[in-house]
Order: sequence, then structure tokens, then C-alpha cells
Amino acid sequence: MTITYYTKDHEWLIIDNDIATLGITDHAQEALGEIVYVEAPEIGTACQKGEPIAVVESVKAASDIYAPLDGEVIAVNTDLEDSPELVNESPESDGWFIKIRLAAPLDASGYMNKEQYLESITD
Amino acid sequence: MSDLLKTPLYEQHQNLGARIVDFGGWALPVNYSSQVEEHNAVRNNAGVFDVSHMTVSDITGSDTLPFLSKLLANDIYKVSSLPGKALYSCMLNESGGVIDDLIVYYLTDEYCRVVTNAATNQKDMAWLAKQAASFSNVSVTEKSDLALIAIQGPKALDIIQTKFSDDIASSTKNLNRFQGTFTENSADNIFIGRTGYTGEDGVEIILPANKAEQIWQQCIDNNIQPCGLGARDTLRLEAGMALYGADLDEEHTPIESGLSWSVALNDKNKIPRDFIGATALASNSRYKMIGLILEGKGVLRGHQKLLNNSEEVGEITSGTFSPTLQKSIAIARIRSNCELSIDSTLHVQIRKNQVEARIVKYPFI
Repeated sequence: MTITYYTKDHEWLIIDNDIATLGITDHAQEALGEIVYVEAPEIGTACQKGEPIAVVESVKAASDIYAPLDGEVIAVNTDLEDSPELVNESPESDGWFIKIRLAAPLDASGYMNKEQYLESITD
Repeated sequence: MSDLLKTPLYEQHQNLGARIVDFGGWALPVNYSSQVEEHNAVRNNAGVFDVSHMTVSDITGSDTLPFLSKLLANDIYKVSSLPGKALYSCMLNESGGVIDDLIVYYLTDEYCRVVTNAATNQKDMAWLAKQAASFSNVSVTEKSDLALIAIQGPKALDIIQTKFSDDIASSTKNLNRFQGTFTENSADNIFIGRTGYTGEDGVEIILPANKAEQIWQQCIDNNIQPCGLGARDTLRLEAGMALYGADLDEEHTPIESGLSWSVALNDKNKIPRDFIGATALASNSRYKMIGLILEGKGVLRGHQKLLNNSEEVGEITSGTFSPTLQKSIAIARIRSNCELSIDSTLHVQIRKNQVEARIVKYPFI
């Protein structure tokens, strides 16, 4: 059983036991415009909640991706190396960025569910 | 957004679903839909930009030419026998730094029209007023009730000439590149310049604010793609055109900014010209500009440092991903004594990585 959470930084994370898959929301990719490069961390990188862990570059600008929780990077989406446009085409599925092994059991407070997130971006 | 300045076309941008940003205090569209599609429309067909935030000033009086000759690093007398002819120039401070870059259209010996940048409006107008005070017969009038619409692309003139109202269509028929004219009915107060900031053929139309909506709508109705600031930036960078505040500033001379072609140290009789900043330009330049194409992965951006054999030699002033070349490109400023030739490579510090880039001539397209 997996649960998808959303953050105020316009990221989503799917939690499957102690593994989180991370990406940016459809709203985020639309705001960034055509994505031309994703700079992913190396596998094994330790990530700290709130710190930049990756960078996404659109034609317009470079934007940091923040780690939504503490943990260790265990996988990166290598398809994005040659096809960064996957983030535009399939932001919440094939366009995932990295997988993180959680350092501690997830504290779900502070994240939003899909409804709450969609409401937060209509303001 | 509520305290931002709005152009006469603000409602049109909203109706088109534009993403609006704060650009130097103005609420302007950065893109309407896909920035790359907007870019490609201008390269292949035609696009329209609202550039009403730019400043239009009319310089009038019998001292118009002596005033502009003193004020500008380029020589107004190059165009002063060619009515309507445009001249690109920098306006320098006493130390040779660039206060702003501009286009001046020569209309008569007693009337020139100048278009300057938006973000520099206050200091520009103060500088113009200060310098004009030394001349007994020149007036500088900022025209604040106007709109500016740029229509750019290989098909732009054709569409205008076949689809637009007679006076606008016919005015463009005998217009040479880098030339401007008022349309035939002078009461309309519509000025058309065959100029732009994209590297493509096209026009910039300066017109009363209350006529802007009609021309804008005519563009939309004729499938001219509305384009935002995002596409404007990628287009101008591919065309190797400088952006004030990025590639140009008061800390560097135009020669140190890749614009020596726009500096006229001497007049046509080879006599040194006496313009503001001329003395400072006589000393050696500290920097030069180069073009870069990224060979490795990433995107070149302004302020990234350049390394030649791990020695820092300069930094990028403007960088982006080029939709036309499908590669990242940049304009960079390096020390003038740096011995790097076209096609040699150096490294760009992109966050924690050093990525290889090749030096190229620009324009990039």
C-alpha cells in the first residue's frame, strides 16, 4: 500500500514502506516550462529535510529541488539524462527524480494529500 | 501584482492566459503557453511582443544633433542625412561605463526619437535632463501615453502588408532595415521602425495607447504568435544582442561588453569625437566578450565562473538553453589578456561541477 504526499515546494512523494519516490507536481512543471536538464545527486548521497538535493533546469531558469525528508538517495531516474522532457510529459509518473531510503519512520504531518495540495495552488 | 505598472495591453495578456511576472516594476507576460513554441514561431513565422514598458523620448530643438553627438558613444552624424534611419548606441558616464543602450531614429536635424530601457528609466531621464541643460536649444520629452508592439519573424512584414490596414501596410513597403517612419496620416501618431530584438526581420510599432488593443488583436487574428519575455530573452541571446543589466552595466565600457562596433571614437573625417566617456575609452580594455557553447551537461546561466586550467578568467553574463541549436549557449566576459581563441575550450563552474564549454563566435544563429 502506497500513499502519495505533496509538499508546499510543489513536490510529490510516494511512500512505499521505507522508500520514498520523489518528483515535482504537474503544477510545478507547468510553471517551469520546457525542462531541458535535471541534475541528480549521486546514489548514496545523504539528504536532509529542507536542503537542496537536485536541480531542475527549464529554458527559463534553474530551480532547486528540496529533500522532503531525511534519508539516503538509493536510486535516480537515469531516463531523465537523455529525456528531461519526461518531467513535462509525465511529471507524477515517468518523470520521477530520485528514490530515498527514509532515515526514520515517516511523520506525515507537514505534508498534504492531493486534495489539500490542489486547493493550496488555487489561492 | 496590484502595485505594478501595467501596459495598455495588460487585459489582453490576462485574457490569453499569460503567466505574468514583475519585470523591473512592470507586470508583463513571461510566456502565454510554451516558451519554446513562442521562440520557434518568431524564427519560422511571426510573433508579437508587448514592449510598451520601454521608454520613448522625443529630442527636439536646433541643438538636437550636437546634443546627441555629445551624449552618445556612436556618431549620430552617421545617420543625419538619412531621414528615419536608426542608430544603435550606448550612453556612457564620464568613466566610460554604460548608463543604458538605446536606439535613436533620426527624423530631422531638429527631431530625433530615442527608445531606452524600462528598468533604467529614472536614471536615464535624469541623465538626459542633466546633459540637455548644457545646450541652449534642446528639449527631451518622455512620451508616456504610448504603447510599443514588436512584430518579428520572417513572415512578419508579409502578414502586415497583406492583412493590416492600408496606412500601416503601405508605410512598411518602402521601409529599409533599421529605418523608421510615421505612417502617412500624421494625426494617427503611429511610428513604425524596422527594428527589433530577435535577430529576425520585423517591425516595432510605437502608437497611442488607445490604439494598441486594435493592432494587438489584428496580430492575434492573423495567427501571429503572442510571445512573452521568456522567448524574447532566448531570441535575443541567440542573436547575440546585449541585455542591459546582464551584459551591460556602468562598471564596464561598451568595448568591454562586446560593443566596440557601436563606438565611434572618430567622426567621418577621422577627427576624434568629443562625447561623454570618450577619454575613458582611450585606456586599455580590461575585458573582452566571448560566446560559449556548452559541451557537457547542464545549462549555462549568468554569473557562472569560467576556469582556464583551473584559473578563474571571467564569468558568464547571459546564458540559456538555445531552442534553435538545442544546446546551451552563453555570452561571457573574460580578462582581455586571456589567450583563448575560437574553438578552444574552458570550464564553467556549474554548482559543484566543472563542465566543458567551447568558445565560439556569436551571434549563435
